[in-house]
Amino acid sequence: MLTKRIIPCLDMTEGKVVKGVQFETFRDAGNPVELAKRYDNEGADELVFLDITATVDNRNILLDVVRKTALNVTIPFSVGGGIRTTSDMKDVLRAGADKVSVNTGGFNNPQLISDCANIFGSQCVVLSLDARKIGEKKWNVFINGGRIDTGISVVDWAIQAIKQGAGEILLTCIDSDGTKRGFNVELTREVSSKVSVPVIASGGAGNLKDFVEILTEGEADAALAASLFHFGEYKIADVKNHLKRQGVSVRD
Amino acid sequence: MITIIDYGLGNLASVANALNKLGIPNQVSNSPNVIKKARVLILPGVGAAGQGMQNLKNLNLDKVIIEEIKRGKPFLGICLGMQLLFEESGEGNVACLEILKGVVKKYKKERKVPQIGWNEVKIQYSKIKMQNYNSKVKKILSNIKDLSYFYFVNSYYCEPDDTSIVVAESEYGEKFASIVMKDNIIATQFHPEKSGSIGQQLLKNIFTYFNDLNH
Repeated sequence: MLTKRIIPCLDMTEGKVVKGVQFETFRDAGNPVELAKRYDNEGADELVFLDITATVDNRNILLDVVRKTALNVTIPFSVGGGIRTTSDMKDVLRAGADKVSVNTGGFNNPQLISDCANIFGSQCVVLSLDARKIGEKKWNVFINGGRIDTGISVVDWAIQAIKQGAGEILLTCIDSDGTKRGFNVELTREVSSKVSVPVIASGGAGNLKDFVEILTEGEADAALAASLFHFGEYKIADVKNHLKRQGVSVRD
Repeated sequence: MITIIDYGLGNLASVANALNKLGIPNQVSNSPNVIKKARVLILPGVGAAGQGMQNLKNLNLDKVIIEEIKRGKPFLGICLGMQLLFEESGEGNVACLEILKGVVKKYKKERKVPQIGWNEVKIQYSKIKMQNYNSKVKKILSNIKDLSYFYFVNSYYCEPDDTSIVVAESEYGEKFASIVMKDNIIATQFHPEKSGSIGQQLLKNIFTYFNDLNH
């Protein structure tokens, strides 16, 4: 049976892992390669790297981190942040990433998603989608690090991006990000039930119960968390043991 | 030398990295001559079947791979590198290398595709016994527990005509071949190079076995 995945997320800037709250006020969480190794050893199912400031200087630092991570971990990882062209994608994949996530670049130019899917296959193209609630059961896609409301509904964009060739969705609820008040179950279920590809839920993990809830009621295929793991509140094994006790299948 | 065939798809570095971690010397190449001289071949692959076959043909590698496998060279196919061994892929109805009899099909619509993540690999002990594969399979699966989890990323799966070559199965909406072995060929639908320590163990077993074959 295919198991649910637990994915630590490493938000990076200038070669360091940082963690924010609702996409702001960042706190240093350490060396990315060391953290990646630790999570691999501790039983993480996958890793996500996001370059949250994505400037040209950072791109080179990021590629260096990707190369070192690829040499040191034995599980898959995706890399995103500032991916605008197929050549950006190629750089990241050639450096050793297994998947690339596109966010603003893919929204502004959906052709980027289809070009990437055609060249590298849908399985390496992750649509990273930042959502914010704008009304009762209504969420819009926000781009530019959550700063711009596109006016487009999350489900509409997700479906279109899958048609373009996205093979997975990383769905972040901005309202929940870093709050530790739980994932957005309603939003995740809304998206996951309407799309044909796996959905990774992100934003808001605060305790063990939240993981159970998002992977069952929320219909997520994977759950992502950052600060909980970085600052040692829970180990990956704590989350997995709890999930197993609650009847959710996870990898040992 | 163990040679990883570079046909311009996906994350080639990951297989090389996994072997390097095990201290197994290897090289990456797309040259027909290098591939002919190689001791062991690995056809890795993430990506689409059509593009994969096209790239192999453009690089004049398709015929070389077929010849080398027929000559008995130890061969490991991973994911798309497994699927391309069969006759035809439903992914764009592409003719493949036709080394193994059977077809490649898409998972049923009710399941999310691609399948992404860790799935159980069930060893087919009864078949293995019947086929006298016992000692070979034992070596290749040594220290691998039945129902271990390996990492999969695939929308399509192989359906061999000869089910006796299926050494392990997994299930995603339906049962499918996750490891096949025939003569000098070993192929996995999952990615051992991305499957943590269990994947490293399997790679180690496979290359130890190939190494013994060569001596």
